[in-house]
This record gives sequence, C-alpha cells and structure tokens, in this order.
Amino acid sequence: MAILVYTENWDGAFKKVSFELISFASKLAEVMGDTVTALSIGQVPENELSRLGNYGAHKILKVESEDLTVVDNQVYTKIIAEAASKEDAKVVLLAHNNVGKALAPRIAVRLKAGIGSGLTGLPENLDPFITSKKIFSGKAGSAIEIKTPVKVLTLSQNSFEVTENKLDSKIETFVPEAPTKGVTSRLNMEKQSGKIILTDADVVVSAGRGMKSPDNWGPIEELADLLGAATACSRPVSDEGWRPHNEHTGQTGKIIAPNLYFAFGISGAIQHLAGVSSSKCIVAVNTDPDAPIFEAADYGIVGDAMKVLPELISAIRQVKS
Amino acid sequence: MKILVCLGHVPDTTTKVKFVENSTKFDQTGVQWVINPWDELALTRALEIKEDTGNPVNSVTVITVGDISVEPTIRKALAIGADNGIRIDMQPADSGVVAAQIAEVIKSDPYDLILCGIESSDYNGAAVGGMLAEHLDYPSVSAVSSIKYEGDTLELNREFDGGFETFTCPTPFVAVVQKGITKEPRIPAMRGIMMARKKPLAVVNPINSEVLTEFLKFTLPEAKPPCKMVDPENVGELVNLLRNEAKVL
Ligand SMILES: Cc1cc2nc3c(=O)[nH]c(=O)nc-3n(C[C@H](O)[C@H](O)[C@H](O)COP(=O)(O)OP(=O)(O)OC[C@H]3O[C@@H](n4cnc5c(N)ncnc54)[C@H](O)[C@@H]3O)c2cc1C
Ligand SMILES: Nc1ncnc2c1ncn2[C@@H]1O[C@H](COP(=O)(O)O)[C@@H](O)[C@H]1O
Repeated sequence: MAILVYTENWDGAFKKVSFELISFASKLAEVMGDTVTALSIGQVPENELSRLGNYGAHKILKVESEDLTVVDNQVYTKIIAEAASKEDAKVVLLAHNNVGKALAPRIAVRLKAGIGSGLTGLPENLDPFITSKKIFSGKAGSAIEIKTPVKVLTLSQNSFEVTENKLDSKIETFVPEAPTKGVTSRLNMEKQSGKIILTDADVVVSAGRGMKSPDNWGPIEELADLLGAATACSRPVSDEGWRPHNEHTGQTGKIIAPNLYFAFGISGAIQHLAGVSSSKCIVAVNTDPDAPIFEAADYGIVGDAMKVLPELISAIRQVKS
Repeated sequence: MKILVCLGHVPDTTTKVKFVENSTKFDQTGVQWVINPWDELALTRALEIKEDTGNPVNSVTVITVGDISVEPTIRKALAIGADNGIRIDMQPADSGVVAAQIAEVIKSDPYDLILCGIESSDYNGAAVGGMLAEHLDYPSVSAVSSIKYEGDTLELNREFDGGFETFTCPTPFVAVVQKGITKEPRIPAMRGIMMARKKPLAVVNPINSEVLTEFLKFTLPEAKPPCKMVDPENVGELVNLLRNEAKVL
C-alpha cells in the first residue's frame, strides 16, 4: 500500500509545495505503515526527480510526454487515478492550489473516494479517518471524517514544514494506458515574469487603497525586491486596475499563508483578512489607529505608509549590509 | 447554446461565525443568506454573454441543491436575469452529494456550458465543479478568470501559480470560475424582481447519493495577542522586532 503524491513542477523544477507534500506524506506513511510514491508528470530532469527522495519518497514515478506540457484536467485525472490503482494507494495527496483544486475532485469521483480539501495538518485519527481543515475562509476550523477506504486529500500551502528524510529512492517510468492527448487546447500562455509566485512566497508585501494612486507602488516593489518577497494587494486596488488581478488577496482572491505579511494602507476588512489571516506574522501600517487590520496584526505602526516605507527600506538595508 | 449556473447558498461574508450543540452545528440564528460570491459573478458573466446579441446563447438556467429555504436565493438569481431555476429538494451533506445530484439533472436535460464557482464561502470544499465534470465525463477548465466568445468559440483564461493560459474547449464542458470573470456582481432591479415571480422554478426530487464525508466538530480560532505598536519615528525598532522577536526577517 502506498500514499500517492502528485508533485507539480514548473518548467522542470518542483515547486516548494511539492516538497511540503512529500514531507507530509512521509509523516503520514510512518503512522499508517505505508510507503510514499511520488508521481511526476511532464519533463523533469533526473537529478531534480531524485530530490523528492530527500524528503521521504520511496518511489518516484515519472510520466513523460510532449502532450502533457499543458494540464488537461481529464487526461491528468486519468493518469493520476491509474497510478493510484497501480500503487494500491489508500491516500492520494495533492496541493490545495489551482492545479490541485482542479484535479483532486475529479480523481475522487473516479476512485469513488471521499475528499478532504485544504487540510491544515496530519489526521488526528486514522480509523475512523479524521482530519482538520479551515472553513468559513479561516474564520473557523473543523474536524472532518472521510468514510471511504481510499481518500483524496489536498494540503493547504505553507501548512506543513519541509522536513528532510533522505531515502534511497528509485525512479521508474510509468506509461499510463490512458491517452495523453486531451480535448482542451491552449492558444496562449503569459508567464508572470521574473517575480516570486505569490502563493509560494515566504514574505509578501501587500498594499491597499491607502496608497492613494498606482503611481505610489515604487517603494512597495522596492521593499519586495529587497526581501525577495512577492507583492500583493487588496481587492479595490486590483478592481481599479492599479495592480494585476493575480495580486488580489482575500476571500475572493488568493488565500495565502506566508511567514511574514506586510499590509500598507489596508483597512483589514473581514474579506481581506480571510485570505491572509493564516500568515505567521502580520505587520500593518495605517494612518487610522482604529483600522481593523490592527486587530489581526502582530506588529503595527500608526503612520503614513509613504513616510514609513522609505525608512523601513533603509533600516532593512542597514541590517543587511 | 444553454448555460447552467450552479448556485451555492451561503451565509453573508460578514456573518459572525458561531456554533451550537456542543460545537457540532453552525448557528444559523440571524444569518443573512446570499448567493455564493463566485457564483454570483458566474451568473452575471453568463447574462452578459447572453445579452450580447452576437453570441449564440439561448438561455441561462440556475440550479441549487437545497430545501425550500434556498428559494429566495434562486428567486434573487431570477430577478438578476436568469431565465429559469431548478431546485433539487434536499439538504446537501457535502460537495460530493451536490455534484452527484446536479449531474443527474444534467444527464436528463443537457447543457452546453456549466459554470461553477471555485469554492463555497462557508465550507470551502472547492470540489463540486470538478466532481460534476467527472460524473458527466466532460472536460473541465478551472480557475477561469475570463470567458468570452471569439467568433463561435468560447475562449477561457485560466490562472495558474505563475501566469495565465488561454484555452478553448469543445462543448459541453464545465468551467470553474474565480474572480476577474466579471467586475461587479449584478444586483436585482425592481423590474427584475417583479418578473422573477413569474419565471419557472422547477423542484426536482433527489436521487440516492452516498455521503462520503462528515463534519464532526467545529472550532473557533484562539484570540490573538494584541498587536505590538511601534513608534512611527522609530521604524528601526520594527526591523529589530521582526528579526529578533518574531524571527521572520
Ligand atoms: C463579497 C465580498 C468579497 C470581498 N472580497 C475581498 C477580498 O478578497 N479581498 C479584499 O481585499 N477585499 C475584499 N472585499 C472588499 C472589502 O470589504 C474591502 O472593501 C477592501 O478590502 C478594502 O480595501 P482597502 O483596505 O485597500 O481599502 P480601504 O477600506 O479604503 O482602506 C484604506 C486604508 O488605508 C488607510 N490609509 C489611508 N491613507 C493612508 C496612508 N497615507 N498611509 C497608510 N494608511 C493609509 C486608511 O486608514 C484605510 O484603513 C470583498 C467585499 C465583499 C462584499
Ligand atoms: N448546494 C449547492 N447547489 C448548487 N451548487 C452548489 C451548491 N454548493 C456548491 N455549489 C457549486 O459548487 C461550487 C463549489 O462549491 P464547493 O465544492 O462546495 O466549495 C460553488 O461555487 C457552486 O457553484
């Protein structure tokens, strides 16, 4: 029996979340008495594949085909479900990101499995299988039982530490019976250039309508560059077109959980907090001492963001040099 | 071309979440119920597409799995502009049940484009759209942030972690939509509310469907320690705290 983990790559390199998933699966396998099989789809070089062994993958299955460069939900579902059956997997694990959210429900139906989505940690009990997830966009937590023999789980990003557990794992080529060509066709792709991916970032510098104008984002980007951080924004800022839509965090935008989240000129509306309140540390800068963001923040400055930003940048530069 | 929009019925996003019966049930007292935010965007976009007379769209139907208490939500959708509504008469236990029930309705009366939201704002399942597509063996495109006609073909934008992709997909298919699909959700106008009363709302009996998951208990997060305030004249102190106390820099 095995735990099958779908490990996503980006241009042939695994995303950080893939290592989180393997680390999680490795701990789960230990208590369940199973092994961990990683499944990689697409072109990934051998030395990158073997990195999965560093975090506890016993076996690495690779599926390679030109057709698979584009994620077609039907094709990927069939391949992952087929691998799960072949490995006699009792648990199929994916990331709770856009790809995982697209595939996991389909895989669950195909395997007649119950689904636990957006889990925040290891199960509290194995039989019955009880696990925990956040609900109401982080306003509450819950214990959920999955009643089927096979379970499909998606793990919230940044909710499990990447932990080393080096194994001598073997890499096998897996040739699925399912066709690799899907019916969706990709016309175009636009890559977010050179920037840190928001959902992957350890540090996020975010700003809201308090910045007054899109022309004032210079110091936000400067601070983000300095910290190797991703930039984000509140919803009105992206609605106004001040910043791109993919930066919008909150209940209707991206849900993130970085180690450090800066909120400049963000009031802290409940819908905004729903997307960021799982951050480990929140810093708020706002001119209004009564802004609700200070209830969610760990550190706060009552002040003008345009004055605080340059001082913060120079203070960080100082400690860095 | 027929469009179906799957509408969840959820507590308003500003609801103070509380639980009763030894933390095993969500406290519905005083809760204001609304159309799930993404579904409201999906409906608005479906109507925009239909209203553009160049597009080959005949009807926009909305469907909700729920008991009689969800009817005001369906009526609201009709008032916003949907042509007709369907209610599958049962209390949905989880996303799996919702998907199985809606799939059954679609099998007997197919649609060309089925729109679901990316997740319900209450239980955050993020599952119905994908499950529905798999039950029907239809293609699906997820995290869709724009949908429009180019000639006779629908073009979709899909977001992934790190960029956007543009797709076409043969109908019938399921599009799971997120923000960006349209700017603002539409609100009902007086005329729409009057007209909604006369629009058809079919009530369908559920099929048997197995419940595979169950919420056993709910918890509220622990209160956070108060925010530590730093003097705006001493920003260096913040850097010091982030490095040495929080250890995040
Ligand atoms: C169904 C629904 C879903 C929603 N989803 C989201 C979501 O996902 N994400 C989201 O962000 N919002 C969402 N919203 C909107 C949300 O309710 C708020 O309107 C929004 O978050 C406010 O954005 P803001 O804080 O940037 O702007 P504002 O509320 O206008 O706040 C600006 C803040 O900047 C401060 N400020 C002003 N000048 C300065 C200065 N010079 N320096 C420092 N601070 C300054 C002000 O004191 C104020 O607190 C949603 C709303 C609804 C109804
Ligand atoms: N009771 C319901 N009736 C109809 N559609 C629903 C219902 N619940 C959820 N949905 C649809 O499924 C999407 C995802 O929901 P979920 O998987 O519950 O997070 C929602 O955005 C709706 O489009």
